[in-house]
Amino acid sequence: MKRLMLGNEAVARGAYEAGVKVSSAYPGTPSTEINENIAGYEDIYCEWAPNEKVAVEVALGSAVAGARSMACMKHVGLNVAADPYYTAAYTGVNAGLVVVVADDPGMHSSQNEQDTRMHAKAAHTPCLDPSNSQECKDFMKIALEISEKYDTPVILRLTTRIAHARTIVELGEREAVELRPYKRDIKKFVSMPGNMRGRHIFVEDRENRLAEEANTMSINRIEWVDRSVGVITSGAAYNYVREAMPNASVLKLGLAYPMPRKLIEEFAAGVDELYVIEDMEPFYEETIKSWGIKCSGKDKTGVQGELFAETIASKFMDKPEPGPMETQSIPVRPPVLCPGCPHRGLYYILGKLKLTVCSDIGCYTLGALPPLSGVDTCVCMGASIGMAHGMEKARGKEQAKNTVAVLGDSTFCHSGITGLLNMMYNRSVGTVIIADNSITGMTGHQHNPSTGFDIHGNVAPQLNLEKLCEAMGIEHVVVVDPYDVKKLEAVLREETSRDELSVIISRRPCALIVKQPNIPFVCDKDKCKKCGMCMKIGCPAIRKTADGVEVDPTQCVGCGLCSTICPFGALNAKGE
Amino acid sequence: MTNIVIVGVGGQGTLLASKILGYIGLENGYDVRVSEVHGMSQRGGSVVTYVRISNDKPLYSTIVEQKQADVVLAFESLEALRALPYLKDDGTMIVNTQELLPMPVIIGNAEYPADCLDRVNEHGKVIQLDATKIAQECGTYRAANVVLIGVLAKKLPFSYDQWMKAIEANVKPKFIDINKEAFRRGYEL
Repeated sequence: MKRLMLGNEAVARGAYEAGVKVSSAYPGTPSTEINENIAGYEDIYCEWAPNEKVAVEVALGSAVAGARSMACMKHVGLNVAADPYYTAAYTGVNAGLVVVVADDPGMHSSQNEQDTRMHAKAAHTPCLDPSNSQECKDFMKIALEISEKYDTPVILRLTTRIAHARTIVELGEREAVELRPYKRDIKKFVSMPGNMRGRHIFVEDRENRLAEEANTMSINRIEWVDRSVGVITSGAAYNYVREAMPNASVLKLGLAYPMPRKLIEEFAAGVDELYVIEDMEPFYEETIKSWGIKCSGKDKTGVQGELFAETIASKFMDKPEPGPMETQSIPVRPPVLCPGCPHRGLYYILGKLKLTVCSDIGCYTLGALPPLSGVDTCVCMGASIGMAHGMEKARGKEQAKNTVAVLGDSTFCHSGITGLLNMMYNRSVGTVIIADNSITGMTGHQHNPSTGFDIHGNVAPQLNLEKLCEAMGIEHVVVVDPYDVKKLEAVLREETSRDELSVIISRRPCALIVKQPNIPFVCDKDKCKKCGMCMKIGCPAIRKTADGVEVDPTQCVGCGLCSTICPFGALNAKGE
Repeated sequence: MTNIVIVGVGGQGTLLASKILGYIGLENGYDVRVSEVHGMSQRGGSVVTYVRISNDKPLYSTIVEQKQADVVLAFESLEALRALPYLKDDGTMIVNTQELLPMPVIIGNAEYPADCLDRVNEHGKVIQLDATKIAQECGTYRAANVVLIGVLAKKLPFSYDQWMKAIEANVKPKFIDINKEAFRRGYEL
């Protein structure tokens, strides 16, 4: 049977067909739909972990215990999980272990353009790079086979245009895979120096054996066409090369690491001019050059953003350069906090109080954009807390009284708890705001330990955020509704002025999950003094008109924040 | 081979439109590529979805680039203007005349171009309609995406019945009738 599947959906299907038994993940664009689709297969145990480190540890434990296992994450998630991953490369596995990592060239929804192939190489583990959904499914199975044959964790690396593209997939049946026996093996699984010295010898030998087999693996294939130009490529770049250079011979690398030296030498010898065309870093090119093979590529494409067929055509085929996509006269349309978003009131007050805001990764990062313009820093999951603490230690108590850390409930569970523990332990007087919208929002509404539901939407044990903070010994823990901006302002003034550590939990479910009564607000033009206060909250439903403002009834969800802020009572729910 | 670019504002239902198009291509034996946007860009920002179907040439790339689109389906006027570079010289622009103001316009840092639709019309082959209003008449403004699919359907080699099946397969049961009506209104325009 054929189905049109997202790359992410196809990875999940591949895992299902290959008999995977356990999957753990933390959501992150562009990887989120992998585990969401796994959740649809009853034969696979599947969970949201609080972060990627835990997810990889769970999958490793399960693989060591004898079950085919996987963890999924976005590229920066592997940084969090790098600790267990790099040592899992030494311990090896028992049953197969695949870590699926989705890169985001072009930064559609990410904070950097790091290239996961580099992690795979640094950890001395194999990395596969599929070009379409069928390959996503097939490579998932091959990755598990390699993992078991070579006793290594394997990275299946996707990029946005593979993860989030639908192409046709031929479905197969689930393979019956028995649990492998588990037996204690201290020399392998206890990472003490004496044991790991021995494992390091194994790792080096494993890498050499795999590099040798790579020369004959079917996923590394040469497509001979015209031999005047040859291209070495993989992943999404392969698709663009085939579109832009249909006559070029191509060596398509399905296994991105380790690289097949003999095959590459054979290919290079068979073509007049050799190009290496790859997204992101010059990963293949540098290695190929280090072998004394003449080639070029990155000097023409650079390392920034996504490759496109038109770029390749212009750089390698002398076709005209593509014109600019954007003209200056068209206003940009950046993403915004949704109408009714509980973060809007919070950022409005933070701006009003002119606080320094160390923010974090989530929807609330959008508070950085005008008109709220309320964010000083945003770096990585949980960094808000550590950075606010660092600012206090650099500049003293007065700085702490003008600084807050802001992070969401999911981000707090991911990497905020240890940061808060550090503040408590090291005598901070700062203020941490948990913007608790009771969901992992930006990635499309996944549950987390604080929401009270599991990945299947079933009721689960729920972390009580305020009790956790109190248990850490933090005396000032206040819960406030961010729709009640007056109270929120009073609480913020009080807690930031204290000589002690405070936590404010700004709690109101995401407006896309718990809908308001949905009575749109209207502007009473007689009362409106055109003061512009309501424009300061950056609500996409409110627009200026000649005689005041107008609320778009198709966008307004009736949260009433504009009404609270209007000094003249001009904005009211329709019919009031 | 047909290349379609769907543009709009996050939350307008571009994903459903691409799902219906991908489905009908697959059901009729075409090769299909659909590229979607998830994550941050979905939050009220500009969104672009690419759909490619072919029963002659092989497809590799999952996206449509400049001057490659046979049709641009624009859910909003400003996004239509932004998407003009995608169109082939003889390509067709189908544009919903709804205007949604981007945040820089709302707060007065930029202006919504008053001549937006005129500039779009300069392209030549342009079909304009108020799909949001038509959808409202069918029962909900949210069905504007399917009104636009109805207009697009006339450009594609699939029968009316096949489109009905594609809607049934991709729309929640309780909205099927509204969406079928929305499709018909677009188709008969």
